[in-house]
Amino acid sequence: MTHFRPWNLLEKEYVGFATLPNQVHRKSVKKGFDFTLLVAGESGLGKSTLVNSLFLTDLHKDRKLLNAEERISQTVEITKHTVDIEEKGVKLKLTIVDTPGFGDAVNNTECWRTIEGYIDHQFEQYFRDESGLNRKNIQDNRVHCCLYFIPPFGHGLRPVDIEFMKALQEKVNVVPLISKADCLTPGEIKKLKERLREEIDKYGIKIYQFPDCDSDEDEEFKQKDKELKESTPFAVIGSNAVVEVKGQRVRGRLYPWGIVEVENQAHCDFVKLRTMLIRTHMNDLKEVTCDVHYENFRAQCIQTMTSKVNAENRVESPIPLFPMPTPDADTEKLIKMKDEELRRMQQMLQKMQQQMHEQDL
Amino acid sequence: MNQPLVPLSPLAVEMSWVSCRSLSCPSVRSNPLEGVTEPAHGLEADVLSWRASRSRLTAWRLTCAESGSLGVGSSRVLEAGPHRLKVEESERTEAPALMEESERTEKTPKDPSPLSEEQQHVPQRGERALQTGGSEGQPAVGALPQGGQEGQGSSPDPKVETGTETRSPPPGGPQGGVLRGPDLLGYVGIEAVLDQMRRKTMKAGFEFNIMVVGQSGLGKSTLVNTLFKSKVSRKSCSPNYEEKISKTVQLQSVSHVIEEKGVRMKLTVIDTPGFGDQINNDRCWEPVVKHVNEQYEKYLKEELRVNRQRKIPDTRVHCCIYFLPASGHWLRPIDVEFMKRLGQIVSIVPVIAKADTLTLEERTEFKQRIRQDLVANGIQVYPQKENDEDAEERLLNNTIRESIPFAVVGTDREHQVNGHRVLGRKTKWGIVEVENVAHCEFANLRDLLIRSHLEDLKQVTHDVHYETYRVQRLTAGAVHQGVPNGSDLESHL
Repeated sequence: MTHFRPWNLLEKEYVGFATLPNQVHRKSVKKGFDFTLLVAGESGLGKSTLVNSLFLTDLHKDRKLLNAEERISQTVEITKHTVDIEEKGVKLKLTIVDTPGFGDAVNNTECWRTIEGYIDHQFEQYFRDESGLNRKNIQDNRVHCCLYFIPPFGHGLRPVDIEFMKALQEKVNVVPLISKADCLTPGEIKKLKERLREEIDKYGIKIYQFPDCDSDEDEEFKQKDKELKESTPFAVIGSNAVVEVKGQRVRGRLYPWGIVEVENQAHCDFVKLRTMLIRTHMNDLKEVTCDVHYENFRAQCIQTMTSKVNAENRVESPIPLFPMPTPDADTEKLIKMKDEELRRMQQMLQKMQQQMHEQDL
Repeated sequence: MNQPLVPLSPLAVEMSWVSCRSLSCPSVRSNPLEGVTEPAHGLEADVLSWRASRSRLTAWRLTCAESGSLGVGSSRVLEAGPHRLKVEESERTEAPALMEESERTEKTPKDPSPLSEEQQHVPQRGERALQTGGSEGQPAVGALPQGGQEGQGSSPDPKVETGTETRSPPPGGPQGGVLRGPDLLGYVGIEAVLDQMRRKTMKAGFEFNIMVVGQSGLGKSTLVNTLFKSKVSRKSCSPNYEEKISKTVQLQSVSHVIEEKGVRMKLTVIDTPGFGDQINNDRCWEPVVKHVNEQYEKYLKEELRVNRQRKIPDTRVHCCIYFLPASGHWLRPIDVEFMKRLGQIVSIVPVIAKADTLTLEERTEFKQRIRQDLVANGIQVYPQKENDEDAEERLLNNTIRESIPFAVVGTDREHQVNGHRVLGRKTKWGIVEVENVAHCEFANLRDLLIRSHLEDLKQVTHDVHYETYRVQRLTAGAVHQGVPNGSDLESHL
């Protein structure tokens, strides 16, 4: 640890709080980190393989593949795997939430409801714990990041992709990925990424945005950050199999026509994803989850509760309510009416837009 | 001698020769063409398969010529030309049973008189059915291609394409056997009908209708373009083609006439944009089923007319290529539902699309699982086991059945590889060559569809699927009193 001693400062004027980051660092290392990652996408897009490659583990050793009859009546499930990873003294409790059955059925209407419900449930649980009496050992199971796998076969976002991301954009940080990118040539990848970015803008989907660098960061960092931002959505390939390339043993996939190296930046964006997810932005993801998504959820929760309370004149929740400025009945009615009107107008607008769309088709 | 012939007694050989020379037989008398196994629309034969059968013929002829004699007494029988008459006469004394069969040759002046009238039934085309089933009335086994008066001596024996594998020497009267090449005295020239058919086919051209089904982005249009080496897909044909997901499943068909080495083919590609793309894909297969049945209905109506066209325009779907995404796991419910329903009315060929995302082991495992799933769900894909006609075909089809679904990669771009220009996809780690069997199975698919089984696909559509439809419609129609909307329909039902 360097003692910051500008030469013109006398010794007695030095306070020494510059060591704070170090102290935080030491404490966090002792406490350990936790991170919850949700992976969503259709079967067969390489989700499990990618997660294994990212964290260099084998989380699905005894995965059972269903047979044909069981699959027909499959519903979306949520499965959780927790693993503790330690590296250089830093402990990470990693939870991977998987969603088998998503998007696999013939009729996939609202297949994301299960996932939405799960995320809400985690928020609710944390909310209760936070408002409870014993807050020492709160388990944070909130989902910090959602990796959404887009198949490389299509020409852009499919209806199910759009609906999923729109439903979850307010609840979790959505990071879209192009999966199985080894079936695309570099030109096709570029085209697909542009197309995806366009469509994400067009439909107003709020995916996770990388925070801007501070202006006082060094050039290299800024450059890297810029590259990172320009190559979203990441086109990834996953593998844990080791192959030999030019005398070196690397992780990759062996084809008759060549070997794809997972960690080669020219082949795919796996390294960028790993950097982003783990090395540079893990903390930011957690912060956004806590500060933005959770707070939104909490505010909504409280508002529904208080309006219920007002309507029934009874205290329902165990949480001591702080005196909040609640509107009285008349203004509330007015507000509700205006809300209804707004919603109706929005619906009409949407309908008109759809009609225009269909006329174009 | 290396021919699979059962050693025959001289009597048997002579008798069989005689019956071969007789061209009508109980079952043929009524309809000269009945013994011909090629139906009328077989004129649209695949030229290559005819050529193959012709080359088989030539091979037979050569082996017969090499071996010369067949066995005891046969040398006497097989000498061409002038000896024939003498032999025939001597045979007649020894084989009284043969008197029942009419005998006709252009060369023999003497015929057993009671049956001489039947000679006129023999079709003038020179296509003769080889019959042996005298007393048993067995049907003809194959069309022996035969030319006119060609030949006495070019080489002894045109091969008979036979369904019966073995022959036991018949004690009295030929029964249950087909005359093989070496039994015929002299070259008849039946095989020249191959030439005639070929010429006719080339003039008429033939039609092939192929349907491609699958989610958007799986490379259907590219694959069709690559298969036929020309821009035949919807993508290349419509001027304002946009890669948008359409809200409903629509069927669009595009027709082209392709010509190669003088053979013309009218190819129709039916595309199904919007299949499986929505969130709720319930019943997205219904427009497809409707379309297939509509084509059958059209054909049926034409067939039932009183004055029908000589060549009914064939818009029936001969083959449906179903694209499976290369997930590497298993068949999805929508795949199962679609293939279950359509496997019964059309020949489905499933392929794994964009297979350059699977390594070889993953590919084998995936294929195995798909085959298991197909069996578990009772889905019949082409080539179906029931339609195998003989052992040879079964063997060939078994090898095909072991490697479906084919893992294909399609492209229309060419790259330089080792000094050659090949069709391929270039990535940072290598070039995927489309026509290299070590890389993907596109070549196998192309051979199956075009080079070897094109005619078979059409025949299966006509003989199996269309007939099933027809039977259903006609029995249902009989129950419900008549053909629907047939005010202008001239039907003799």
